[in-house]
Order: sequence, then structure tokens, then C-alpha cells
Amino acid sequence: MNLAAAVNENLAHYSNVLIYTAMAVYTLAFLAHIAEWVFGSRSAVGRTAAAITPESAAANRASVTVQTAEKGGGTAVLERPKVITRSAPGSRDVPDGPGAAGGTEQGDVYGRIAVGLTVLAFLTHAGGVLTRALSVERAPWGNMYEFSTTFGMVAVATYLVLLALKKNVRWIGLPLVTTVLLDLGLAVSVLYTDSDQLVPALHSYWLWIHVSCAIISGASLYMGAVSTLLYLFRDRYEAQLENPEGKQYRQAVKSVLARVPSAASLDKFAYRINATVFPLWTFTIIAGAIWAEAAWGRYWGWDPKEVWSFITWVAYACYLHARATAGWKGRKAAYLALIAFGCYLFNYYGVNIFITGKHSYAGV
Amino acid sequence: MSTTDTDSAAEKAAGQASAKTAEQAADSGAGGAEERELGAAGSQLSTAPAEEINVPSLGPLGWARWFWRQLTSMRVALLLLFLLSLGAIPGSLIPQTSIDQLKVQDFKDKHPTVTPIYEKLQLFHVYSSVWFSAIYILLFISLIGCIVPRTWQFVGQLRGRPPAAPRRLTRLPAYTTWRSDAEPEKVLEAAQRIMKRRRFRSQLTGDAVAAEKGYLREVGNLLFHAALIVLLVSFAAGQLWKTEGSSLITEGGGFSNSLTQYDDIKTGQLFQSDDLAPFSFQLDRFHATYERSGPQMRTPRTFRADVTYWDGVDGAARKKSIKVNEPLEIQNYKVFLLNHGYSPVVTIRDGQGDVVHKGPVVGLPIDGANLTESMVIKLGDYRDKNGKRDQVAYQGQFLPTWVRSKGMFSQFPALDNPALVLTAYHGSLGIDGGTPQSVYQLDKSRMKQYLEPDGKTKFARALSPGDTMKLPNGEGTLTFDGVKSWASFQISHKPGDETALLGAVAALVGLVGSLFIQRRRVWVRAVRGDDGATVVEMAGLGRSEYAKLPEELAELAVRLQTDAPPADPEKPGDTAEPVDPADPAEGARA
Repeated sequence: MNLAAAVNENLAHYSNVLIYTAMAVYTLAFLAHIAEWVFGSRSAVGRTAAAITPESAAANRASVTVQTAEKGGGTAVLERPKVITRSAPGSRDVPDGPGAAGGTEQGDVYGRIAVGLTVLAFLTHAGGVLTRALSVERAPWGNMYEFSTTFGMVAVATYLVLLALKKNVRWIGLPLVTTVLLDLGLAVSVLYTDSDQLVPALHSYWLWIHVSCAIISGASLYMGAVSTLLYLFRDRYEAQLENPEGKQYRQAVKSVLARVPSAASLDKFAYRINATVFPLWTFTIIAGAIWAEAAWGRYWGWDPKEVWSFITWVAYACYLHARATAGWKGRKAAYLALIAFGCYLFNYYGVNIFITGKHSYAGV
Repeated sequence: MSTTDTDSAAEKAAGQASAKTAEQAADSGAGGAEERELGAAGSQLSTAPAEEINVPSLGPLGWARWFWRQLTSMRVALLLLFLLSLGAIPGSLIPQTSIDQLKVQDFKDKHPTVTPIYEKLQLFHVYSSVWFSAIYILLFISLIGCIVPRTWQFVGQLRGRPPAAPRRLTRLPAYTTWRSDAEPEKVLEAAQRIMKRRRFRSQLTGDAVAAEKGYLREVGNLLFHAALIVLLVSFAAGQLWKTEGSSLITEGGGFSNSLTQYDDIKTGQLFQSDDLAPFSFQLDRFHATYERSGPQMRTPRTFRADVTYWDGVDGAARKKSIKVNEPLEIQNYKVFLLNHGYSPVVTIRDGQGDVVHKGPVVGLPIDGANLTESMVIKLGDYRDKNGKRDQVAYQGQFLPTWVRSKGMFSQFPALDNPALVLTAYHGSLGIDGGTPQSVYQLDKSRMKQYLEPDGKTKFARALSPGDTMKLPNGEGTLTFDGVKSWASFQISHKPGDETALLGAVAALVGLVGSLFIQRRRVWVRAVRGDDGATVVEMAGLGRSEYAKLPEELAELAVRLQTDAPPADPEKPGDTAEPVDPADPAEGARA
């Protein structure tokens, strides 16, 4: 067996430097996002009310165009059929907000700078994770420090990929960068563990499968949770617009909420992410069970980590079912989604730190 | 009960939309009929049960029916799911007997006030408690009560045909129309061909083609839920027929699979001892390496047990290395490496020079990281130098790495400088009365410790391998011959593992199908208009989460337009938009 592949101290050192550098760049990205939101607020306030009226909403529900390759190279241009869509009654038909920059040029410049800085920080971050892995010649997921750094990296990667696919996700930039900074800060200060080899129980190719899936699931579910949280605020905001006499948010809050996507879009985004990740999370648990069978002689033994991943699974199953049930759609389902993500977080921090079980490795 | 049946909303949407029309288009007078028509088109897009609350009629049968309907309703299923996750929480926070009995005892000693309450609530074995079992059994009954009728319903749908087109296609979530010079029959024929090529199930009814696709979604959904039942049943079977025991074996020692060879064994309720399969193995050597430096010094890096095993009563000997993640698999049993430690090998002679013990002795680990072991060797049949009967006990510690300046605890888990530090007693061991005693503990109440020749200092020696200690006055000797490793193994047999894996994989496949396949319907209607041109109408209905429906409809329309080219597209007024004249806002909204 590979007897403690010698730790390459140099690489481990580079890894730490890169992670700290990434944190510095993320901080700059954070400031640029703040600037984006601040400059965006100047224009947004006045426009808000106008933007939300159904008339302008109609413009957003434009007909669908189809891209089909022209066959035969003929000059005849086919008339594109105009498809009329009809949204479900009861939905508000409110258009998405204009984004953090609020349509201002200055805000947009800062927003672009923020995204650029995030890309730079991500590359540094990824370099840090990679050198850490190379320094020990194994998957960099052996302890909480390594898990946290990879987790943040995957969350940013998911965001950047969605951005590259031209999805409307720029609004998530600020909360994402903030959380990644928190995550990395916690990792370097509290969870830090020196680069080292694994205990024998972790010597398995299932480490690659099980833990990578857990990280990707968590990072994606995190995006879903941010969207859900924002949905709850935006939903209330939209309800207030319909009922101007009732209790209202403060102007500053309104200015922010006016610029994020509509409640329906946020809800749909969260659902898509959660529904897509749910099978992956299921697979994570199954892979974990197969590994547990090989390592500990039973595929399911109600170890605290197993219990909490099961609870997380059931909570997301609850959410998906609730979303299918008419009476539980909307806010109620959103609360369930947040509870479910809370379970995921507790499974990571709570179970590792406060409860001893078979998943406790390498100190913290 | 299903993961993503959002179609009821879509149906409702269609229903409400048509209800709205009924009000507005009062002149048509066919509002109710229209609603019914659209209801049929939107119905059975899935087999999800309708949410309904019935006031129970009197009588036990009525109540039973009401109870059953409640149990199989989505609301109650949700509640049960939620309870299941809530119920699982205490098991992760309170020590469980099934995981660690010592911890449970420790907890009980520390919290005497809550212990009786916890015991009454069965909180020390949550996952086999009555209330937890009740939750999941109810959940699974609810599940079965849901998927069985849905399966029949689905089979019915498969044997039937897609429902006919609703009268007003404009009311559907996605709609398009154009005029064409092609004959209506030709258009419908082409539409059917296109649908078939796109693997829609389609049929021609009257002036319209009805097509449907994505049945696999329901298949996935039913598969997922059925697989969960398979999973539960195989888990239960594993629990009922399992055997799980452990055995500690010193290098050179062996194990053969019979009840007496286990140090402890847990079996399921339905297990019988003659079920044990015949096999045996012998521990040839045990290897361990540890981190030598850095903050994780002493952390084990590799464990490997080299064994020889025999399959069956007189099978051939085969060799294999058991590692932490690589158990030995034999006759549906798995032999896992659990733990390891050291056994000093000693030869003990009494006052007469006769060998009273020769071989490895097992100690009790008292320091997990560095493997210091507390040793007790009891010699009940011993003669002193005068030939008189006596009982002698050696007590002390074994240190795999002894550093003289650091005291009586080992400094490293490997055998860097093994030492056996012992003192000795003689007198009565207290074993003659027949009271069972722990082999790791010495009752010193009737024992006298040997003293150095000065008569004051207590007698003690530190031995390296090869050394011999002599008791004062020629009472006997102990030779430290060397050290052997021991390893403890978990030997377990759980039927149903393969079925459980199969269930898990099926659940995953079903889940992917039920989440990513979209079930949708498309209708194409072609009728000759008053002016002689053919009016082609297309509409789609899908689950509310299916955002790509308009795109798909448009794509189908483009295909169909090769067979039914739009008539005179330059003239803008020509493309008819048969929107309700009574409802211009509807058109604007589109």
C-alpha cells in the first residue's frame, strides 16, 4: 500500500498562499458587488412602480422564436410560428427585476468588475485546492478544512457555469461571494488541518465518488437555498405592491428587492436546482452506503452522519412532494426547502463538531 | 403520492381558464360543456390522486374508508414523511444501544433523572422503537395504498389513447395557428406522421390529432416508490436473519465459524445457529504503519491482515490480505478488520522450573493512540521452590515503544522499543470459589506483592524481548520471548444486501425518470375556414414545471409547416388569431 506518500511541504505551502490570495480577491469582488448594488439603487427606486405594472409584463411574455436549421439551403424563409403562452391563473405576471445594477451604467461596470474578480478569485481558489491535492497525491477531501475549501470552489464554479450559460444568475453574486468568504474564513481559522495522509478507513476510491457528490450536491443546494430565501422576501414585496395600503418594507429594502428576479422566477430557479440535485444527493447516500458496507460491514447503521443525510433526504423529498400539492406550493414549500438545507448544513458542521460518530476523522 | 406531480395544478389552470371563458363568452352558451371537454384533455396527465376531504358517513365501513383515504392522501403522506425525519433526530443525539452500549451506560450514569423517561420513550433504541416503527410502517402502507391504484390507472392509460382535443385550443398554455392552402386531411396526416417520428403516441379523432409523450415519467415515479418498498423489505430481512459477531485472533491463531468461536455475537430474531456456514481462517501476520511526524503523528496509515482461509469443511487453503476497506468475502459472509493490538509472548516457569505458561497473553488496551496495554497474567496452578502449591499473578503494562524518561506509557503505537513492565504477587487469586472474574483484573485482597531483597522496595522489572525476570528467592521466572500482533475481526452475514442494492439503484433510476422526463400533450386541428383556406391550430399542455413546452410546440409547428405551408405570409392581416373577441386583454397578455 502507498505508505504515506511523502507530503510535499512546498506544494502544501503554495496551497495555503493561494487560498489566502483567493480570499483577498473575493473580498475585492465583494466590494465591487456592493458598489454595484449601491449605484444601482440610484435609478431603481423611481422605476420600480412602473416596471411592475401588467402592461410592461406583457412585453416580457414575448412569443417564442425557434432556431431550426434551414434545410436544403433554399432562399425561402419559413414563417416562424408565433406561439402564444398563457401562464397559470393566480400567478402575478410580474417581470424580473433589472438586476443589481438597476440599469445604471456605473453599476453595471462595477458588476462586471465583480464578476471578473470572482473569476480571478475562483482560479486562485481552484489552484489552492489543486496544489493541496497534489501535495498529498489524493482527493483533497480528507478533513473539514479540505471539504470546506472545495465546497466553496464548487459553489463558485456552479455560479460561473450558469453565468456562462447566460442564465439570469448575476443577482446571486453578492450573497455567494459573501458566503464563500465566510466559508473560507471559517476553514482557515477554525477548521485548518495540515496537509497530510488519510486514516486507513478513507483509503478507497469511494472517497472520490461519495465525497465529490456530497460536495457538488451541497454547493448546488446552497444556490437553491439562497434563491428560496430571496423568494420569500421578494414574494412579500410583490404582495405589498398589490396591496399598497398594507404594511410595507422600508425604501432601502424595496430598492434591493425591486432589482432581483420575480418571485416566480426565483421559485422556479430554486425548484429546478433542488429537483436536479435531489437524485445526485440520493446517489451520494447510496454510494456512502456501499462504501460503509465495505469499510464497516453494514450499509446502514444509523451513524449520526447517516441519520442526518437521511433526514436531509426526507426533508427534500417533503419539499418536492409539497411543491406538487396545490395547497403547499409557494411560501410553505419554500420554508420546507430552507429547513432541508438547514439539515444539510447541520449534517456538515453540527454532526462533525458536536456529535462523535464514524465520520469523525483527523480531529475536526 | 409522488415526487413531482405538479400536473394537478396544470389541470386546475386549464380548468380555471376555461371557467373564466365560460363567464365571458356567455353568448356561446356552451361554457359548461367546454370546461368538461378541457377537463378530459387535461385529465390523467398523471395518476396523482386528487386532494379531497370527504366528510365521513356514519358506520364503521364509512370510517374505515375515510381513514384509508386520509392515510393515502398526499397531505398525510407529507406529514408522515416530516414525522419520519423529526423522529430520526433523537437517535443521532442520544447514544444508541445498537451502536455503542458503553456510551449508553455512561449516559445513564450521568443523567439519572431523565434516564427512566428516556427508557420509557425508547430513546436508547430509537430506530427499533414502537413509535418510529409506527411512523414508517404507516408511511409504507400509505405508499402502497397510493401506488397500487396508480399503477392500475396507468396501465389503463397505456391501453387507452390520448384524450381528444378540447374544443377551444386557445385556452391551453401554449398555442399557435396559421392558415394554409393544404388540404385539412393532408395536414392531419402529416401531423400524425411527425408526431410518430417524434415518438408521441397519437390518434386522429374527428378534425384533430391528439398526441402524448413522456409516459416514462409515470413509470419512473412508480418504479421509484416501488423500489423504496423493496429497499425497506430487504433491510428488514437483513435485520431479521443477520449474524454479526467479532473475534480476536493472535498471529498464528485461527477462527472457524461456529458460535463458540465468537467473542460476542448478535443475531437477528429469525436466525438459527445451524445456519452458520462452514469456513475458517487463520491470521498469519498483521502489518500496521503509522504517521511518524507532523501534527497527525501516530495516526494509523495502513492496516493489513494476511490470512489463510478455508472455504467449507475441507476446502483448499487460500491466502488473502484483509484491509480496512477490503473485507474477506466467503460464503456470503464478510470478514472485516476492526481493530488491532499486541500480545507479548511469555514463558513462565514456577519455583520447580516447570513451564506453567508458554504463549501469547492478551492485554487490555488503555491508551488507544499509542497502544499501551494493561497486562494481568494469573497462574492458578503454581508450585514454589519448596514444591508447595501457590498462586501467582504478574501485573503490569506492555509498551510498544518504551522511552525510559517518559514513564509507564508508550510513546508510539509501532513496536519501536517494546517493553514489558511487570510486578508480581502471590497468595490466593480468589478463583477457587468459582466466582467468575475478569481476566483483565486482579483481585489483590488476598495477594501479597513480592519485595526486593532489601525487604522494602516493591519488586518490579522492565523487560525487553529476550529478557528474563527472576522472582525473589527463586520463586520462578518469566521470559519475554517476543511480541505478536492480534487483530479483531467482525464476521457478518446479512441476507438481502444484494436486493437492497438493486432497490437503491432502481429507486435512483426511477427518480431520474420521474424528475427529468416531462409528460405533455399536443393537439393539432385542421379545419377548412369560411374562405376556403385551411386553419391549422396547435396547442400543448404539460406539467406546470415544463418550461420548454412553447419551444417544443413551435418546433413541431415548423416541421408541420413544410407540409402545410402558411398561406401568403406577407399579408399581415391574414394570420388569424382566433382569440376570444370578448377578451382582448387575453390576446394582449400573450
